[in-house]
Amino acid sequence: MGYQSVSENSHLLSRIAAGDGHGENSSYFDGWKAYDSNPFHPVSNPGGVIQMGLAENLLCLDLIKEWIKEHPEASICTEEGLNYFEAVANFQDYHGLPSFRQALARFMGKARGGRVSFNPDSIVMSGGGTGAQETLAFCLADPGDAFLVPTPYYPAFDRDFCWRTGVRLLPINCFSSNNFKLTKAALESAYETARKNNIRVKGVLMTNPSNPLGTTMDRDTLNTLLTFVNQKRIHLICDEVFSGSVFNQADFLSVCELLDEEPSYDKSLIHIAYSLSKDLGLPGFRVGVIYSYNDTVVKCARRMSSFGLVSSQTQHLLSHMLNDDDFTSKYLAENKRRLHTRHEEFTSGLEKFGIKCLPSTAGLFIWMDLRQFLKENTENAELKLWRVIIDDVKLNVSPGSSFRCTEPGWFRVCFANMDDATMHVALKRIGDFADKVKDETTQLDDATMHVALKRIGDFADKVKDETTQLQQKKRFNKKLRLSFCRINDGGITQHLMSPHLQSPRSPLVKASH
Amino acid sequence: MVVKVYKPCVPLSAIATSSTHGEDSPYFAGWRAYDEDPYDATTNPSGVIQMGLAENQVSFDLFEKYLEEHQEVSKLVNDIGGFRENALFQDYHGLNSFRKAMASFMEEIRGGKVKFDSNRIVLTAGATAANELLTFIIANPGDALLVPTPYYPGFGRDLRWRTGVNIIPVNCNSSNKFQITKQALEEAYAKAEKANLQVKGLLMTNPSNPLGTAMTRPVLEEILNFISSKNMHLISDEIYSGSVFSSEEFISIAEILEERGYADAQRVHIVYSLSKDLGLPGFRVGAIYSYNDAVVTTARRMSSFTLVSSQTQKMLSPMLSDVNFTKNYIKTNRGRLKRRYDYVVEKLRECGIECLHGNAGLFCWMNLKPLLEEATTDGELKLWETILKDLKLDISPGSSCHCTEPGWFRVCFANMSIETLDVALSRFTSFMEKRRKT
Repeated sequence: MGYQSVSENSHLLSRIAAGDGHGENSSYFDGWKAYDSNPFHPVSNPGGVIQMGLAENLLCLDLIKEWIKEHPEASICTEEGLNYFEAVANFQDYHGLPSFRQALARFMGKARGGRVSFNPDSIVMSGGGTGAQETLAFCLADPGDAFLVPTPYYPAFDRDFCWRTGVRLLPINCFSSNNFKLTKAALESAYETARKNNIRVKGVLMTNPSNPLGTTMDRDTLNTLLTFVNQKRIHLICDEVFSGSVFNQADFLSVCELLDEEPSYDKSLIHIAYSLSKDLGLPGFRVGVIYSYNDTVVKCARRMSSFGLVSSQTQHLLSHMLNDDDFTSKYLAENKRRLHTRHEEFTSGLEKFGIKCLPSTAGLFIWMDLRQFLKENTENAELKLWRVIIDDVKLNVSPGSSFRCTEPGWFRVCFANMDDATMHVALKRIGDFADKVKDETTQLDDATMHVALKRIGDFADKVKDETTQLQQKKRFNKKLRLSFCRINDGGITQHLMSPHLQSPRSPLVKASH
Repeated sequence: MVVKVYKPCVPLSAIATSSTHGEDSPYFAGWRAYDEDPYDATTNPSGVIQMGLAENQVSFDLFEKYLEEHQEVSKLVNDIGGFRENALFQDYHGLNSFRKAMASFMEEIRGGKVKFDSNRIVLTAGATAANELLTFIIANPGDALLVPTPYYPGFGRDLRWRTGVNIIPVNCNSSNKFQITKQALEEAYAKAEKANLQVKGLLMTNPSNPLGTAMTRPVLEEILNFISSKNMHLISDEIYSGSVFSSEEFISIAEILEERGYADAQRVHIVYSLSKDLGLPGFRVGAIYSYNDAVVTTARRMSSFTLVSSQTQKMLSPMLSDVNFTKNYIKTNRGRLKRRYDYVVEKLRECGIECLHGNAGLFCWMNLKPLLEEATTDGELKLWETILKDLKLDISPGSSCHCTEPGWFRVCFANMSIETLDVALSRFTSFMEKRRKT
């Protein structure tokens, strides 16, 4: 049923509500829209859009399922676990279950190869990594203040860090000429720009391993960063949400390790954001973590965690799971192995088509270089190319401009949220596209561009037919269900159901529940 | 020799260093006293009994029985095929089945007198998050919300801390059983105007915490008229709606809206949670129901910061959709709470303590005005300290609930066994006997 029109009353909402700080008008989400309205399925919709714009890790969920099956006592609704029900259901202490905090501390230490040990008392829960970032912003900065963030960066930081807090994010520009490494000059330049504009800089926000680059920071860069924040007396937030998704253990150096090595660094400036959404592939469980070396921040963040606590049922389950040393060791090792394999397959597949990616050693995605296909070196050209990739090649990849990349032509492509068969379909589509466009786009006028597009379109159709045949030949892996079209529930008031697209919808989640 | 280098502290935000988190209140000091010296029948019989925490522990057995008899629920949650989808499900719309279950449960509580459209439900991790979120949506920093007193101490944090919004109290007193009057509303509004604060809404709790009373129809009508005339929002926090002792005595704002043909409904937003009625505070299940499309859309986006665990949604959805279970639960829960309430009030009366006549909630509003040395907040806090230190009972002083009339205390009774409750009541009895002798 509808009520009175809202537009005449929109003045009744706050500036925060009426503005677009929610960030959903970005091309990052347009791609999800395209996927949502035409999702790929090997049997029922082989010509649909393959979702490569959502950084999810599906590769090791079987290990987690197996553990849960073997440990019914960790669930409060099984016969074996029911006696925990009352105590768990009643537990709303914002310190969190002690065993849960201990389990998280252990797991985080393990993900860093045992080279860092975390104090469970400094662990604070939050509503996913999303909640962690917002809480840290509230704790460390006032409205109008700024944090510096190296580009390219995760698009939702603008919402998470800025929307309700009124804090700003200012870019530290990084370039492909040195593989997008963060430099001292770039840091100083960003800081100086802020200063000239009378903006107070309260800290630096960085992601390591990087999203979208998939690279890890080397020792020199981390030291440069630590020296910088110490000199300027500002905070450093390290989002290490992909720390368990590094292909080779030795490649990941957490900022925490350097703190231990160099006592002159002020630990009270350092805060880590973490979550189980990526490494464990459990985004639905909303487990975010803030780890701070600053006791005042821990205290404040803990109070704020009342606004986004982790369900005690989930804490209970995961405290059992993550305290199981055998399991976590096995999981972390296997996760790295599978990610590495997938990464290798994908990048070598692209290489065959002459498409290069930024060399990377972590994450659930690659940073693909399509600059050679741009008609001109502009953001517009990148978005035009992106639309072709979405509409004709039927892949949702994320354009670099949505990550505020300084250079047009880069795209983030997620590879860990699909099965092998789908990955091969995606590769083939890219390959076919690359072959066609390479020949055609170097010196194009509009008319010729249309010819090229038609050919790409024809090719896409051809690919669709071939794919269908391919899938019918291959035995469909029934264990992995791919997404179905969002089923239109009867009686939904259309204007109320904001598109599902703008909230992450995994390709492996069935639409109706 | 280690030379300690003085490093000036890098400042945190104003929000971080303010005390608007509210934890310096005696409300929380009492919790700390309990934490440091908690009562236990065998190991610490002289410890502090926690009567300052409004939790419902009287009906857990109903859940446990349900889960024992419905093992397919656990299969559902741990099912191989379903697990993957559930673990990945982070859509801020929430599980369809869960939203429908919540809508159905909320209708059940209101005796089927209103219908709720599950597409207007936005899920949040607890009512704490729901109230803060709505405040972010309807008010700008520096604006004000009117809140009738006495009110839940946590509102100071939930509505003000990170939002920068002010609370202007709508003062109520015992002369008319603390009911909200038009005059009190107008006075509060005028006060805000005088201070140049823009009032964006009224937030009321119905049934009331800490009063334990359900609002009457005339008052609800008055409030709706008031907010319409002043062009503001209304947030109706109905988290104790399932804890009204008798179903006929609760009137939801939703009923009044329906009777009015939903005129002006786009100003109204209802907050709900499973923490009180179902006694499941650990699961962090809160909900916003709004008649305003823009609020629903924005609230949904903001809920990204505070989603309900998909695991929990999946577990609770079959339970809350099971009408046999919910009907029986609501009826049984109401009965048990009423019996407890009557028992407590009777025992207190026997030793000379009166309570406000209540018909809902997990607590009673106790009148200790006759015991005050002076009828001031100081006098009240002195008495509170005595009760905490000598009786080892953590009860919440009215001033922590912003009550303007000193001498009232909120006493929770549903968060302990009947044996512990008897111990607590006997401490009151001894205290009152001692006072009569001196």
